[in-house]
Amino acid sequence: MILLTRSPASVNAGFPGLFAHFPAPSRAPRPPPMSLTPDQLQRIATLARIDVGSDELREVTERLNQVLGLIDELQSVDTGGIVPMSHALDVQLSIRQRLRPDEVTETDRRDDYQKGAPAVEDGLYLVPKVIE
Amino acid sequence: MLNSTLTALSAALAAKTISSEELTRLFLDRIRALNPRLNAFITVDEAHSLAQARVADERRAGKGNAGPAGPLTGIPIAHKDIFCTRDLRTTCGSRMLEEYTSPYDAHVIERFAAAGTVQLGKANMDEFAMGSSNETSYFGPVRNPWDTSRVPGGSSGGSAAAVAARMAPAATGTDTGGSIRQPAALTGVSGLKPTYGLVSRYGMIAFASSLDQGGPIAKSAADLALLMNTMAGFDARDSTSLERPAEDYSRELGMNLAGLRIGLPKEYFAEGVDAEVLARVREAVRWFESQGAKAVEITLPNTGLAVPVYYVLAPAEASSNLSRFDGVRYGHRARDAADLADLYRRTRAEGFGAEVKRRILIGTYVLSHGYYDAYYLKAQQVRRLIAKDFADAFARCDLILGPTAPSTAFPLGAKANDPVQMYLNDIFTIPAPLAGLPGLSIPCGFDRKGLPVGLQVMGNHFSEARMLGAAHRYQQATDWHLRVPTVTPV
Repeated sequence: MILLTRSPASVNAGFPGLFAHFPAPSRAPRPPPMSLTPDQLQRIATLARIDVGSDELREVTERLNQVLGLIDELQSVDTGGIVPMSHALDVQLSIRQRLRPDEVTETDRRDDYQKGAPAVEDGLYLVPKVIE
Repeated sequence: MLNSTLTALSAALAAKTISSEELTRLFLDRIRALNPRLNAFITVDEAHSLAQARVADERRAGKGNAGPAGPLTGIPIAHKDIFCTRDLRTTCGSRMLEEYTSPYDAHVIERFAAAGTVQLGKANMDEFAMGSSNETSYFGPVRNPWDTSRVPGGSSGGSAAAVAARMAPAATGTDTGGSIRQPAALTGVSGLKPTYGLVSRYGMIAFASSLDQGGPIAKSAADLALLMNTMAGFDARDSTSLERPAEDYSRELGMNLAGLRIGLPKEYFAEGVDAEVLARVREAVRWFESQGAKAVEITLPNTGLAVPVYYVLAPAEASSNLSRFDGVRYGHRARDAADLADLYRRTRAEGFGAEVKRRILIGTYVLSHGYYDAYYLKAQQVRRLIAKDFADAFARCDLILGPTAPSTAFPLGAKANDPVQMYLNDIFTIPAPLAGLPGLSIPCGFDRKGLPVGLQVMGNHFSEARMLGAAHRYQQATDWHLRVPTVTPV
């Protein structure tokens, strides 16, 4: 059984050739293709906590836009009424969260875990100043 | 010995015609000779491997307290460097984890240790398993043993190349969008991506958790079955691990192919796939028909959407999973950070390579406010359509056959600057993990350049034994999986 509340009769993306970026027949109104400007990319990089230097900004933006162009194919699919699939086996199994008794099952291995840390002191992880 | 199957090695160890220490030395010598050429291993610790081998020999001799020897006791195995090991560093192919040694073993490592296998070393891979060519590894690309100017595929490229070049009798790998099957195809070995949930992800560094699945790479389907008997099993520490009775994955190796319905998806035999690849796959299909199997044309109409779906979901999950690398608790840390935000940004800029950063940025974007519904939710909906394609197909057939990859191994650098072309190489391997289905690849011939072609076998959930049985029957009648590349030491 598949969780479709409506027949996906309008969904047929086709497969017109492997390297043609799969242009599916446009049946749903499509928003303009996703495309990022270097400024927008800089904002995303800030959210992702990754420095993108000004020298690489243009290239990173360009590559990302290539990928976003690929992803954009999804916009042509009418997915009205289709239940999103977040787990690979959600239909095959009645997924229930496993619970265990609320007991201590692990020993204290703090020293082991901190052995690989860049900077620790008295069992604490050290970071640069957060607030002046 | 280098070319022996695991079953043969197991018998030799049991008969004491060779010791685990001798066997391990044989493979360590081979690694020492060929690794400078192929770069299949990131970390090898000979003394550690030999110590484990001696323990296995004692166990085979009935000494020690590890219990009776099993079929894999004393067999050396290479592990993809994504599986955490207490005794060897675990880099995940990244500068971020260049110096990282895990405080615990992955569940897969524990199970192989309990079986008495010997750790031969940690195999090279694309950084954080993100790549289809092994060129994104911080430790340099792996080279294809059949032609060292070409890629071995990825991301488990080191594991596949090691088995192909007989530097290891078997290896572990992981598959998120094809990372076991595609390198197996490109290097002429056998590889299985199991049903999602059969192999615990505990201690397997996370890339895209709704897709990631560990599996074996070996020289034959029978060897894959033997490895699965050890690898698979419930683990409470992985919330997606399935509680199922243990099964013997070798139980259908003697299966009868008569009446087996083989589905041939028309989308997998389409324009754009290399003609020689299609010819080899069709020859394999004809062999199955000659054994009484029935070919059925099927359709997986949403195949063309699998790559776009994957490149929303996998980066989204990766951007979340990789947020743990912050330069505070473990891994690389940037020097002289001005403040905490600067530490995070520079640590991650320095520690991650270009492809990993690209995927984190895509993931961050598709999950960001205002885009979540349009991209992430949409991709999850289309994922269900792809799963439904398979459910419909398996009403009409028992197994699906097709090419593993649209071409044979491509030259190093050929696609390195075009992410989209690189991604499209996984068009036939991405659908199975999206649907949680098992898939395997076995060699089915060569192209005119002498490069191996992979035959993909997909089955319904939990049909590994039958898939391995069909693959084994094919390998009993063919010798593609016995061909060995000639690799000259540097």
